[in-house]
Parts: sequence; C-alpha cells; structure tokens
Amino acid sequence: MKKQTMFLRMITASLLRRRSRMLVALLAIAVGATILSGLVTIYYDVPRQMGEQFRSYGANMIFTSSNGGTLSEEALNQAKEQIKENQLVGFAPYRYENITVNERPMMAAATDFDGAAKTSPYWRIDGSWPSQPGEALVGKETAQTLALNTGDKVTLTFDLDKKPATADEAANAERNQNNREFSVVGILDTGGNEEKYIFISTEDMEGLTGKSDSFDMAELSVSASQNELKSYADSISKKTDGVSARLVKRVTQSENTVLSKLQALVLLVTVIVLLLTMICVATTMMAVVTERRKEVGLRKALGASNRSIIVEFMGEGLLLGGIGGLLGSLCGFIFAQAVSMNVFNSSIQFHWLLIPVTVLVSVLVTGLSCLLPVRSATDVDPALVLKGE
Amino acid sequence: MSLLELKNVSKIYGPLKALDNVNLQVENGEWLAIMGPSGSGKSTMMNIIGCMDKPSLGEVILDGVDIAKESGKKLTEIRRDKIGLIFQQFHLVNYLTAVENVMVSQYYHSMPDEKEALEALERVGLKDRAKHLPSQLSGGEQQRVCIARALINHPEIVLADEPTGNLDEANENIVIDLFRQLHREGTTLIVVTHDPEVAEVAQRTVVLEHGRLVKEIMNESFET
Repeated sequence: MKKQTMFLRMITASLLRRRSRMLVALLAIAVGATILSGLVTIYYDVPRQMGEQFRSYGANMIFTSSNGGTLSEEALNQAKEQIKENQLVGFAPYRYENITVNERPMMAAATDFDGAAKTSPYWRIDGSWPSQPGEALVGKETAQTLALNTGDKVTLTFDLDKKPATADEAANAERNQNNREFSVVGILDTGGNEEKYIFISTEDMEGLTGKSDSFDMAELSVSASQNELKSYADSISKKTDGVSARLVKRVTQSENTVLSKLQALVLLVTVIVLLLTMICVATTMMAVVTERRKEVGLRKALGASNRSIIVEFMGEGLLLGGIGGLLGSLCGFIFAQAVSMNVFNSSIQFHWLLIPVTVLVSVLVTGLSCLLPVRSATDVDPALVLKGE
Repeated sequence: MSLLELKNVSKIYGPLKALDNVNLQVENGEWLAIMGPSGSGKSTMMNIIGCMDKPSLGEVILDGVDIAKESGKKLTEIRRDKIGLIFQQFHLVNYLTAVENVMVSQYYHSMPDEKEALEALERVGLKDRAKHLPSQLSGGEQQRVCIARALINHPEIVLADEPTGNLDEANENIVIDLFRQLHREGTTLIVVTHDPEVAEVAQRTVVLEHGRLVKEIMNESFET
C-alpha cells in the first residue's frame, strides 16, 4: 500500500468515524461558507438588482443631434444597436412640434408609447396609454388649461407654412393648416415639464405634420454601471454620425453613489463575516485538535515527525474545508436567492465560478485556522500525554 | 557490546532526583523487568530508554549510539526504527480499526502493508478482529493490538510500561505468553511493572527505589 493511500485512509476514517465531532466542525465551516458565498453573490448581483430598481427613476441616457438638426430613425437605430440587448431596458424617440388647440399655442410630442412606458415608468396616468392611432395623452397642466378630461376630443392644428413674421402678415395670409382630432385616453401626471405636452404617436405626428423620419431626441434606459454608460456614450458619439449620446447625470450619479455605498456595505459585512468565520472555524478546529492531544502524543511516540502530524491534521482540515465550502456554495445560493426575493422581489443569477472560489476560500480559511492549533499540538510531549498528565 | 547501556544516568527536576546515578546493561535478546514502587523512577527510566526524554547526566548507549546527546528529531527517528512501545492504557487510535492501528506504525516507519499487519494480528490471535474498532475490542484484545503494533517494525527493543496493569488474569496470561514467545524469537524485552508476578517471569529483574537501582535479581527458574 502506498503511503498516500494510507494517508487518505486515515483522514477519511477520522472524518467518517468521528462523525459527531466532525459534523460540528463541518457545520461551522459550511455556515461560514454559506454566508460568505451568499453575500458575495449578493455583492455581485446588487448592481443588476439595484440597476433594475433605478430604472424606475427614468432614462439615464439621451441621444441628441450633434449638429443642431434632427435625428433620423436610421441614425437612432444605429446608435441604439451599440448597446447590448440585455442591458437596454427601454428606448423612446421624441419629436416636438408647435401646434395650436383652438388657436392656443401648445407643444405636441410624438413618441413610441411602448418605449416611453419603459424609459419613464414613473409617469402616472389617469386613464390609459394610447394604443390606437388618433389617441392622445395630455399633460395635466395642459389638460387643466384646455379643460380636457379622459374621453374628450381635442383637435390639434399644425401650420404647414412658415411662421408669419408679423401680425399683419399673419392676418392677411391664407392659412395652410392641417387639423386632426384626437381622443384623450389619459391625463399625464409627472410633476415635471411633461405635464405641458400633448403626447401622440409618431405615426399620428407624421400624419399631422406631413414630415417623417425626423426626431429631436431619444431617451434610453440602460441597465449598466456608470463606467459602462460612459463608455457607451463615448463610443456612440464617436461612431455614429450626427448622434450625440449623453448621460442623465442626475440619475447615473445618484445611482452610482447609492450602488457604491451599498456594495461597500455588503463588502464590509462580507469581510466581517469572513473574520467571524475564521474565528469560529479556528475555535472549533482548536477544540478538535486539543481533544486529540493524546493521539498526537501517541503518533509522536510511534515515530511521527512534527511535519507528518501537521500534514495529517491539515489534510483533515483541508478536506473538511473543501466539503464545507462545497455545501456552503450551494446553500449560499439558496440564502442569496431568499434575500433577493425578499428584498428585491426578483431571482438571482447563479454564478458557477462561485463554487470553486467558495471551496478555495473555505479551504484557505480552514487551513489557516488549523495551522495554529496544529502547530501547538506538535509541541506535545508524548511521555507526558501518554501518562495522562 | 550490550544492546543498551546506561552509564551514571541521573534525571534531575529541581531539587528532585528522579533517577540517581543509574548504571544498567541490557543484552541483546534479554528479558528484563524493571520493578519499583510508585515514584521510584520507573517511568522516567522508561521515557529515557524509549527516547522520549533525555537524562540530565550520564550516557545512554543504544546500539552503539549515545542517545543522551541526540537532538529531538534524531530521537524520534531512533524511537521509530529501534523501539516498540506497549502502554498500560493501550493508546490505540479510536477511529482506526485494529489493522489500521498496526499499519499506522508501519506508516511512520516505512511503508504500510496490510497483509503484514494482518499477519501481526494473527500472531497475537486477533486476525478475525482486524476490522474492529478499539471500542469494539476488550481490554485484553486492545493490549494485543498494541503488542502487534509494537512488533510490526521488528524493533531492537520492545519496551512495555505496565502491560498487564489494566488486564484481568486471563488476559494477563495471554500477554505473558506472548512475551515468552517474543523472547524465544530473540526479541529484547524491557517490561516496567509493579506486579511481582509479571516481574518474576522475566529473565532478570532490577528494582528501583528513590531513583536508584537497589537490587538485581536473576530468575533462576526462568523458562523460555
């Protein structure tokens, strides 16, 4: 029989035949590894989870024209496609036009309502989002000015000609106007400038103005870190003719600040847990080794060198650390999943890499924890221990 | 040349002399009993002969080497290669089977060999108990496993400390018979005991009192 085989036979016998003792040590390691693995999972998943939460604060990137003109659909698509599909939460292009309602000057905004619902989830709508041609969403302020309610009809008028320079000119000129009637399906309440607009679909705007493929800006909601967003913005501005991408700093910076603080907190907790785990495992291993002082004395009496005793005890410790780490990485995922479901109300992604990392950390922590008690155990005087002194 | 020679050996703990100028020679193949009351220095002497302690003064020549001058590491090597230890409390590793306990001694000495370990257990009449844990063995059986473990590496000296101290009469007789068998095969035996019945089956008995060798008795009726 090879020495290695006997070595393995001894350490496995120690683990399997001293079950109650070893279960306590294994439990200490597995609990530590569970919390550690769970917290690391949360640490890495917090940006994604929080990112999703932050998307409810609205768009964090906008596209505008880099040359002061308008943006074509092709240019917008080209710019949009540079963002990874799984990171793009919403995309809403906007076109603004001066219109009149009963001779009152107003602003109409055309957008893709599906996209707007994603980029501006905080919009409160009394009624519903427009879903058919001829439906409009009216800002609260405008609705009050025009005394409009959900279900009312409103006629939007667009001057097809160039705006008259003087009042006389305007009075004398034959007006070339386009009128369209819209049903008010919702009143928009945001607390912001949006309340001044009348929102219609881009198709309706094309019909009203006779102009197509022309946008003033686009809002995007992207689930990414501030650095990633910056890199996207730089790349899009550089690679796409006529498009300038900018970050909505109010959103991205506060997101970044909150995320950094949250991650720092989780990291701090992880480090404290790691230290507590080390203390816990070290204490357990110290107790395990101390109660085996007589065995250490016997092995020394039989001719074991200090090195071989350290190797045997470390072998046991490392095997225990490996098993505990493996259990901990699986339980850690369940722990992280439970935390995520309760806090963020969404499931967490399983990181396969976390299994070897947790096992490795557990093995290292257990190894370090064992080292001190094992080294002190080698100072045992076999003659005294075997005499029971 | 004697296999073991103690020359003017003293072990001093502060004001106490555990061993006081002891001189002793043990020949190859001899069966020696060391007797004495509690506190007479028997254990100190066993520890020194067993390379688990060093004398304060004097020389301990084992197989031509003065072990009193050797380092702790070298003493471990000598103990591993030349000495087989039998304890009163048996001291078996409680989570290893009988055969594994014997193999532990092989593991530290050279190479574990299960077949050879089983043969050693067969020699002490325990082959059928080889796969049992110490907790499943009686005191006598545990002591026989301890003897098998002490013999497995063919040591120059088998050193037994109160080997029958925890055994009933039947098991005591089994152990003494095993010692007789070992002696016949040429093994050098040093048995530390306070039991006159165990001492009188040895070839020679030395008596320790207050750390001094006070008497040496040759067993005229010694049977091999």
